[in-house]
Amino acid sequence: MADQTLPIPVPLSGEGHAASGTWLEWLHSWVVTVDHKKLGILYIVYAIFFLLVGGAEAMLMRIQLAFPHNHFVSPEVYDELFTMHGTTMVFLVGMPILFGFANYLVPLMIGARDMAFPRLNAFSFWLTAFGGLLLYFSIVGGFGLYGVGSAPDVGWFAYAPLTARAFTPGHNTDYWALALIVSGFGTLGTAINIIATTLCLRCKGMTLMRMPLFVWLLLVVSVLTLVTITPLTAAQVMLLIDRYLGGHFFDAQAGGSPLVWIHFFWIFGHPEVYVLVLPAFAIANEVIPVFARKAIFGYPAMVAASVGIGFVSLTVWAHHMFTVGMTSVGNTFFVLSTMIVGIPTGIKIFNWLATLWGGRISFATPMLFALAFLFQFLIAGLTGIMLSVAPWNWQLHNSYFVIAHFHYVLVGAIVFCIFSAIYYWYPKATGRMLSETLGKWHFWLFLIGFHITFDTMHFVGIFGMPRSIYTYEPDRGWNTLNLIISLGGFVQAIAVLVFAWNLIYSYARGKEAGNDPWDAWTLEWATPSPPPAYNFAIDPVVRSRRPLWDLKHPQDPDWKYER
Amino acid sequence: MSTVPLFTDESWNLPSRGRVGMLSLIVGECGIFTIFVVAYIYYMGRNAYGPTPRILEVPIFNTICLLSSSLTIWLAERAIEHGAMRRFAAWWALTIALGAIFLGETAKEWYTLIFHEHLTVRTNLFGTTFYSLVGLHATHVIIGLLGLSLIMIFTLLGHVNHSHAERVKVFALYWHFVDAVWVVVFTVVYIVGR
Amino acid sequence: MHRDLAEGPQSTPSIFAPASTPAHEIYGLSLFVLLITGSIFVLVAGLLTYAIIKYKSRPSDEQHEPAQVYGSVQVELAWTVIPVLIVVVLFLTTARIIFAVQDAPKPKTALDVTVIGHQFWWEFRYPKLGIVTANELHIPLSTDQRPEPTYLRLLSADVDHSFWVPQLAGKTDLIPNHPNDLWMDPRAPGLYVGQCAQFCGVEHAKMLLRVYVDTPQQFAAWVNDQRKPAMEDEKVAAGRQIFESEACQNCHSINGTTAKGTFAPDLTHLMTRATIASGAATNTPDNLRAWIKDPATFKPGALMPAMRLSDQQLDQLVAYLSTLH
Repeated sequence: MADQTLPIPVPLSGEGHAASGTWLEWLHSWVVTVDHKKLGILYIVYAIFFLLVGGAEAMLMRIQLAFPHNHFVSPEVYDELFTMHGTTMVFLVGMPILFGFANYLVPLMIGARDMAFPRLNAFSFWLTAFGGLLLYFSIVGGFGLYGVGSAPDVGWFAYAPLTARAFTPGHNTDYWALALIVSGFGTLGTAINIIATTLCLRCKGMTLMRMPLFVWLLLVVSVLTLVTITPLTAAQVMLLIDRYLGGHFFDAQAGGSPLVWIHFFWIFGHPEVYVLVLPAFAIANEVIPVFARKAIFGYPAMVAASVGIGFVSLTVWAHHMFTVGMTSVGNTFFVLSTMIVGIPTGIKIFNWLATLWGGRISFATPMLFALAFLFQFLIAGLTGIMLSVAPWNWQLHNSYFVIAHFHYVLVGAIVFCIFSAIYYWYPKATGRMLSETLGKWHFWLFLIGFHITFDTMHFVGIFGMPRSIYTYEPDRGWNTLNLIISLGGFVQAIAVLVFAWNLIYSYARGKEAGNDPWDAWTLEWATPSPPPAYNFAIDPVVRSRRPLWDLKHPQDPDWKYER
Repeated sequence: MSTVPLFTDESWNLPSRGRVGMLSLIVGECGIFTIFVVAYIYYMGRNAYGPTPRILEVPIFNTICLLSSSLTIWLAERAIEHGAMRRFAAWWALTIALGAIFLGETAKEWYTLIFHEHLTVRTNLFGTTFYSLVGLHATHVIIGLLGLSLIMIFTLLGHVNHSHAERVKVFALYWHFVDAVWVVVFTVVYIVGR
Repeated sequence: MHRDLAEGPQSTPSIFAPASTPAHEIYGLSLFVLLITGSIFVLVAGLLTYAIIKYKSRPSDEQHEPAQVYGSVQVELAWTVIPVLIVVVLFLTTARIIFAVQDAPKPKTALDVTVIGHQFWWEFRYPKLGIVTANELHIPLSTDQRPEPTYLRLLSADVDHSFWVPQLAGKTDLIPNHPNDLWMDPRAPGLYVGQCAQFCGVEHAKMLLRVYVDTPQQFAAWVNDQRKPAMEDEKVAAGRQIFESEACQNCHSINGTTAKGTFAPDLTHLMTRATIASGAATNTPDNLRAWIKDPATFKPGALMPAMRLSDQQLDQLVAYLSTLH
């Protein structure tokens, strides 16, 4: 390829790797940074740290459930484990890591030099980070450090009135609410920043319909975040008013309604799923075309489907509530709105299929994860359809089937895409390739472990095992299945350790990446690896969705064909 | 260095980031207010005991003050666009005064409710929903007033001029939002809910 | 409609072993949905696998990029229409079952039971029969000849719970200030197991449910039994005296004694139940004794306190409770 024609800026003298000085200066440079790339990396490192913490919590739960009537942890600790696992994975892993990628990539992809509000960006990150620390401080801060501490233990959904003072004395629920309010404001700041960046800082020629799909999806996600996080913040403020000022929002004795909490929670909670999964689609949209060597099929339809999913996702929250006793008409409405989500989602899967069709597919580690994502997301979507069938949901709701379904989304789709993204963009951020050998070990171990655990989980749910239980009766026929689920968990844990080792090992010993190791097409690959603080020495100008394709194929550029 | 074909379209206009950012913030704020308004409406008439919304008096004067502050801030915006800094300072100060009167009146209302009607957050469901919704709005008025005052101080110190018109207008968007929300809160609490 | 509806109760409460009409309607619907989603999976996963194998990169064609295809309106329209059609079919089928189960007319012969969820046990009240019991629900068999469905009114005394006996019906939540209804018409007698399906606190895992479906004769006998006042036996008067003088009676009630508490299960006919502690232990004198001594033995976190009785008092109390048939 005609690499030498890329508009790669030469780093200005005094820039780049010459960051000399003591480690204190190095630390200082990270703490005070407002550079979107450094903040992006901070987000990702922060999220990977909590991924390990949340994963360890999951492992402890699986040890407890490996055998019936096990006494590995007490019921109190088990409740804290699943509450912290859920809260951690959603708020301290899922959102930060995806916003980390957004931070790092959005300005590069649209040819900008930074986010719209760099200082707000840093402020948002530190708010999020503080929220995470506050949540974990609850372990020592709630009742004090006796026994095993006092992390929140009301479930990540924190259904009222279990959260009322009468049922959860102490401060652990307060930590839960406050930590999420704080990190929620951080998230809000980042969302505002991404919206302003994509709308206001695009380089010349980067019209909305020429933005990489990654940027489009993060724009949709950010708008969705604005209207998703805020209801949760409002509901948590109400909860705190109840707990601290003696309010009656969720107090059944005074006429308040616990059901209202359930509604408010899922008005947040369902769009939240899309806030997490759309960035995963965004990653797949970048990785799949590059490794299939074809332009994404049906770009306008992909944009429309994403915006469509965003809108419809605001009307489906009560499909988490088919068992709370809504009227038959209410149930029917939410069945319909939920099933409608299947249409744009179906379009996306078909378009990815068509992108692969006729391509020249190579199986580097990022692509392996992206391809596994396609299959797993297909299954997750189909079990989602099953759950949207309200009568069947009356059986499946709150059973392990639901746990299996949403782990298929959160792990099978989102975590797989996150791994794909890390393998894909690690060379850009560090200048070194991740080891392919270790990457393949990571992929296959994780894939096998994932399927052992979560495929089995569907069955134990069908056999009537509810979620959130710290132990189960030995005569229910769930014993073997639970043991298998736990074993699969350990295979995944080993895979994650391989991955962590790969991150560290390759940082020192990895192959030099060069600017454009994957022969890709979006603007971030037109910068050095790692990019200088100012990203682009000269503001780029683009004419199509794949500016680097145009450069590499001047006789056959995209802008001649794009609709 | 660039070998990208030159882009010929000269009209490359993108929206102002301040405006987009502020509008995004307002959308988010709408999310918070919506939940509190929905809770207020849902709990209307479900009060199990104690005082009911009948004890409320319609705050007409209050409302006039706050709504006219939207007009005065708009006049201030026009003034700074034309570089008329004295006029700007005058309208801006009047806006702050109107906002402050609104807050003072709210404080008086709450004083009466708490000490004469014995209605607090913990009294009953009405107290809980009333104080949280009106209080949420009052909090936004306070934040707005702080921002307004900050700009006022900078103006008096001579740090604000014609070139800051865009920033001032972005902040004014927030104040307009605070006023617009009051229309909703007023309608729900003092007209529909009473 | 109810052809071989149930192989009867099973120890594994599978949703695919329905034993009453609502569960069976759901089962039928779920098979239909499985068929459709299964076909979609086979088709799409097959195409994906085919594409991945067929179009994998080969050393021979490293040199040039494949043909770039940007999209096709016709193709995209076609695969938008197909999911739309599938959604329409699934939605109509689902809606029919929702209304069939949820809005089924209640027959005059129906039995009413009020279920009240407590942390961490179930209270069952039969308003027309004047029976109050706990944790083990007895309901009559319902047949085509003699339909006698049971209608449950679901209430909560504290936090959210969920009533779930998979073989009999889908789950429905018990939410404070939001009464719900659930019905079932069991078609085969025996013991059906289930448990609370909404996290309700520390001992949520041991808020087990046992539903005994009785033949008409068994049910009549059970009702007759439950309506009797509590047994009086002078030989265990010492135990009864302990029950009435210690904290027991603050929470429990026993008909015909001074114990009128409502925070804990009614013990009038304790010995007719197979389990104690909402299914956490079998109802034997030894277990009863261990439970009273320290409930954490079976259920750490249960709201019943350890009673701090002497060994002799424990013996007398258990002897008394053992007479409550």
